[in-house]
Amino acid sequence: MGPNLFVNYYEAAAMVLFGIGFTTMLLHPNLIKKIIGLNIMDTAIYLFLAAKGYIEGKLAPIIVNGDLAMETYINPIPSSLVLTGIVVSVSVTAISLSLVQRLYRKYNTLNIDEIMFKAGQEAD
Amino acid sequence: MPFIANFPFFCILITMFGGILTSMVNNKWAFRINTVIITATLVLNGTLLMFLIKDPQYFTYMMGHYPAPWGNEIRFGPLEALMGTVFSFVTLFSLISGKTEIFEDVKTKNIHYFYIMINLLLSSLFALVYTNDLFTAYVFVEINTIAACAIVMAKENGKTLAATMRYLIMSLLGSGLFLLSIVLVYGITGQLLMVPAHEAIVKLFQTGSYQVPLTVVLGLVCVAMAIKSALFPFHTWLSHAHGSATTASSAILSGLVLKGYIIMLIKIIVRVVGLDIVVQLKAVNILFVMAVLAMIVGSVKAIQENHIKRMIAFSSVAQMGYIYLGIGLGNMAGLIAACFHIIVHAITKPMLFSSAGGLASASHHKKDWGHLRGAAYRNPLAAVAFLIGSLSMIGIPFFAGFGAKYYLSMAAMDMGAKMWVALFALAVSTVLNALYYIRAIAVIFSKNEGEIIEKHKNSASYAFAMVIFIIVNVALGLFYQPVMDVITIGMGLLI
Repeated sequence: MGPNLFVNYYEAAAMVLFGIGFTTMLLHPNLIKKIIGLNIMDTAIYLFLAAKGYIEGKLAPIIVNGDLAMETYINPIPSSLVLTGIVVSVSVTAISLSLVQRLYRKYNTLNIDEIMFKAGQEAD
Repeated sequence: MPFIANFPFFCILITMFGGILTSMVNNKWAFRINTVIITATLVLNGTLLMFLIKDPQYFTYMMGHYPAPWGNEIRFGPLEALMGTVFSFVTLFSLISGKTEIFEDVKTKNIHYFYIMINLLLSSLFALVYTNDLFTAYVFVEINTIAACAIVMAKENGKTLAATMRYLIMSLLGSGLFLLSIVLVYGITGQLLMVPAHEAIVKLFQTGSYQVPLTVVLGLVCVAMAIKSALFPFHTWLSHAHGSATTASSAILSGLVLKGYIIMLIKIIVRVVGLDIVVQLKAVNILFVMAVLAMIVGSVKAIQENHIKRMIAFSSVAQMGYIYLGIGLGNMAGLIAACFHIIVHAITKPMLFSSAGGLASASHHKKDWGHLRGAAYRNPLAAVAFLIGSLSMIGIPFFAGFGAKYYLSMAAMDMGAKMWVALFALAVSTVLNALYYIRAIAVIFSKNEGEIIEKHKNSASYAFAMVIFIIVNVALGLFYQPVMDVITIGMGLLI
């Protein structure tokens, strides 16, 4: 386990980042920082994927000079997964930010505990 | 491959196109188009189900005719078709019964957007049920999250916005964990399709050196899905989101959205990892413990609740506990019982929410027990539906909930220590369920002194949908054996 951690330092860093993002999102009371946490968390996974897909000394999977041999290129699937993941995370970030805006206009605060307290006192 | 094998793909596609269509028309037409589309999916899924009952088999449908390791696949058998049919049915009748309230609660200029979100939600649920690809599942989980949040906040008052924020944060945490687990599966096996991934996992498990990564993956998937389907201790968002949204949203959210994730989890347990490996890695035991706690804590919270919709929402927490109890037992019978309870809960809970909505609109839209006193005399149809739903949730014989509890306790037999815990939890939870549902029934059926009863006039669509809900519930309670047979066959073919 110990030596692998240093060989796979990209993956280890990705997991540390994921933890930072996850805890920020879960525990931070400020809504904007929660969303920043969400983005750190997603980015950490993209780093993990990119690190997994990269093979030392090989080229990006774009065919030039008609070289079709599999050994020339890195694995393209993780890159495409990252692209899909980015699209997804952009859209959830957008919806979260618009929701935060609505809440800020209504309650004039970004602190989730205050918002929950104020909303709890309203009638439905 | 027969033409009928295209139906699941059609279901996913027409609900998506329905979303585009409803964005371009006015509110009335949005409702009509939406109803037509969901009816069409009900017919398609129903036909598929009939076909697969007659001739039980599995279809693997290649998207764009690319073969296995490259292409995306839809894979389905009787179990998936049954779930698809139930999902279409419940969405259709929840929307019909909640139509009046949707038009009251949602701002007039936004009503057709509400129907877009319903279309997206249903489409993503179908995709979760039918897909055979892990990354596709992740994308549709996110679509499902966005659409579900949108239908919670459709009411646009402070309470629903705050509830949506809480729901969104918890959901996104769950999605993050789910994505991480999929990436780990891909890292370990190099596969995203479920069946090739299963083959790779079996080989890796036999080498004996991949126990830790596999346990991590399973733990992540279990926690991610537990967060998303509100298993105790991740249930805190549920009562706010389901309790404050408009009635149709609450019905669809607790009837279906929670179930989509559980079906995904069952597919991952059975099809991707394999039940025996899951049991050997002991991942189901975590679910078992959380399920037992959920069954008791959810019911206790429901007893304390003074608001009818939040009470029903906390009852959902307890019912999620039942479903996870079946999964946590770690045997085939438990999974089959869990699937049956998914269907029972999917059919009963929307009826309870719709009837609570009806009772509240007969009581000046107030949802606390003080105002609901005697509501049964003002809206008898809703009261009858509430009565049947409650009896089913308590588990009185001849109602659907009884069958689910019976099969759960049968599945718990021969499981050693788990048997006693499961049976004890079932017994305690049943008593607690009875406590709060019987109190609710007593309140709505007791007359106020000297009150002149004003009959609330139900809209025709509400009355129609409630009658259908009542008929289906009673029918499921009386004839649950055929449904169980379909689930048993489907579960056998799921692997």
